[in-house]
Amino acid sequence: MVSQRRINITGWLFILVPVLAISLFYFYPMIQALILSFKSGRGMNLDFVGFDNYIRLFQDSNFITAVKNTFIYLIIQVPVMLVLAIFIAVLLNDDNLKFKGFFRTAIFLPTVTSLVAYSVVFKYMFGGDGIVNKMLMNFHLISEPIQWISDPFWAKVTIIIAITWRFTGYNMIFYLSSLQNIDKSVYEAARIDGANAFTQFFKITIPLLKPMILFTTITSTIGTLQLFDEVVNITKGGPGNSTMSISQYIYNLSFEYTPDFGYAATVSYSIVVMVIILTLIQNKIGGDKK
Amino acid sequence: MSKPKKFFTYAFLILATLISIFPFLWMITSSTNMSVDVTKGRLLPGSHLFDNVRNLFNSVDMWQALWNSAKISIVTTILSLLVASAAGYGFEIYRSRAKDIVFNILLASMMIPFAAIMVPLYQMFAKVSSVIPFFGIDTASAVILPTFTTAFLIFFFRQSSKMFPKDLLEAGRMDGLTEIGLFFKIYMPTMKSTYAAAAIITFLSSWNNYLWPLIVLQSPENMTVPLLISNLGSGYAPDYGMIMSAIVITTLPTALVFFVMQKHFVAGMTGSVK
Repeated sequence: MVSQRRINITGWLFILVPVLAISLFYFYPMIQALILSFKSGRGMNLDFVGFDNYIRLFQDSNFITAVKNTFIYLIIQVPVMLVLAIFIAVLLNDDNLKFKGFFRTAIFLPTVTSLVAYSVVFKYMFGGDGIVNKMLMNFHLISEPIQWISDPFWAKVTIIIAITWRFTGYNMIFYLSSLQNIDKSVYEAARIDGANAFTQFFKITIPLLKPMILFTTITSTIGTLQLFDEVVNITKGGPGNSTMSISQYIYNLSFEYTPDFGYAATVSYSIVVMVIILTLIQNKIGGDKK
Repeated sequence: MSKPKKFFTYAFLILATLISIFPFLWMITSSTNMSVDVTKGRLLPGSHLFDNVRNLFNSVDMWQALWNSAKISIVTTILSLLVASAAGYGFEIYRSRAKDIVFNILLASMMIPFAAIMVPLYQMFAKVSSVIPFFGIDTASAVILPTFTTAFLIFFFRQSSKMFPKDLLEAGRMDGLTEIGLFFKIYMPTMKSTYAAAAIITFLSSWNNYLWPLIVLQSPENMTVPLLISNLGSGYAPDYGMIMSAIVITTLPTALVFFVMQKHFVAGMTGSVK
C-alpha cells in the first residue's frame, strides 16, 4: 500500500498548476487593479493620487453614460431573454412535439458563432439600407427606413436584439436540461387535482426551475456588465456615446485615448462592485428557500 | 395537446427557428453575391463566391490569421484539458478540508470580470516583454497564458469526476500503478466523453476570443481571425460579399465542430451545472 502521506502530497501536485495560474492571472491582477485605481498619470508613469480617481468617477459624464447604457441593456435584455428561453424550453419539453431535435439545434445554433462575426453580420443587416429595413418595408410594416445604427434609441434596440438573438438558445439549453430532470408524475398528480396549464407552470415548473433561473440570471448579468464585442463591432459605441458600455469605456481609457491606466482601473473596479452587489441581491431573492 | 395549443406551439417554434437561422442564411447567400447585390437586398444565392474568396485572400492575409487562430486555439485547448482535468481529478479524488477551501477560492475567480483585470494584465505582459520576449506583448503565448486555466473547466471536470468509478483506482494501485499513472492510464481513458465536451467548449471560446487578443496582439502578422474580421467590417466602403465570405469561412469550423459533436456539446454545457 502506498503511504497516506504520499497520496496526500500527490493530491496537491494535481492542483498545483491551476492554483498558481489563477493566482497569477486573476487574483494578482485584481490586487494590482486596486492599487492602480489610486494612481494616475500617462502611460507607464503613474503617481499616487489618493481618492482623486474615485472623485473623478462621479463627475465623469462619459462614465455615467456608460453605466446608464449598461443598465438599460441589463434591465431590458436579461429579463426578456430569460423569459423567452424558459418559454421555448417549456414548449420543447413536450413529449408529443415533433421535430424536437431540429428546433433545439436551430435555436441553439447562434451560440456557436463568434461574437465579432455575428456582430458584423448584424451591423449590415440593420444598416440604413440593410436587409431588415428592406423586409419591413416590403411587408409594409414601416413606410421609411429605421435608422437602426445611427439613431441613439434604435442603436440601443439593435444591440438588445443582437444579444437576445445570440444568447437565448444558450440559456434555453440550461432550462431544458433542468426540465428534463423533473419527474413527469408531479404534473400527472397536479392534473388529477385539477390544476390547469397555467397553475402547473407557476406552481410547479417555475419553483423547480428556480436554481437554474438564479444561475442564468447571474451569468447573464455578469456577461452584460462586460459587454464589449457587440457594441464595438455594431455601433462602435455611437452615435455619440449612446451605446457605449463600461468595458468599452475602460478599453478606450487604456488603449484609445491618451492612456490613463490608473483611472481605467478605477472604472474597472466599478464593475467589480456592481457584480458583487447584483449577485448578492440575486442570491437574496433567488436563493431564500435553500 | 389541444388543437389551438398545438397550432400556437408549432407557429411559435417555427418563427423562433426562422429568426435564429435567418442571419446564417443571409450571411451565406451574401457571400455568393456582389456587394451591390447585397445592398439591393438580394436574398438568392449568386455566382460570385469564388470572386469574393479570391478578393479576400488577395486583400488580407487570411491564411496567416487562420494559422494564428488555429495555433492559439489548439495549444490553449490541449493545455486547458490537461491542467483542468488533473485539477478536477485532484480535487475530487484526493479530498480534504484544505482542498475544499482552495477549490472555493478558485471558483471565486469566475466572478472576476475580465474588464477589471485587463489593464494590470496588459502591464504585466508589457513588463515581461523586456525580459522574456517569447511571453511578452504581441506573442501567441501572451494570448494563451491568461486564458488556458479557467475555474469553470476545473469545476466541470470535478462535477463529472463524481460519477467516475473509484474502485478502478484501488484496482490500479494493487497492480502497482503510481498515483500519476492512475490518472493517465485509468482516469483519462474512462473520461473520454468529458474530455470531448471540454475540448469543444474550450476550442470555441478560444477561437472566438476578441478582447484580450485585441489588447495584446499588435502587429498585423500576429492577428487572429476575429481581429481580422473586425478590421474588415470597420472600413468606409465595405465589400459586403467579401466580408460575408470571410465570416462564413470563420464560422464554418465552429459550426462543423458543433454539428459533429452536438451530443457532447449540449451534454457538456448542461452536465456541468447539474
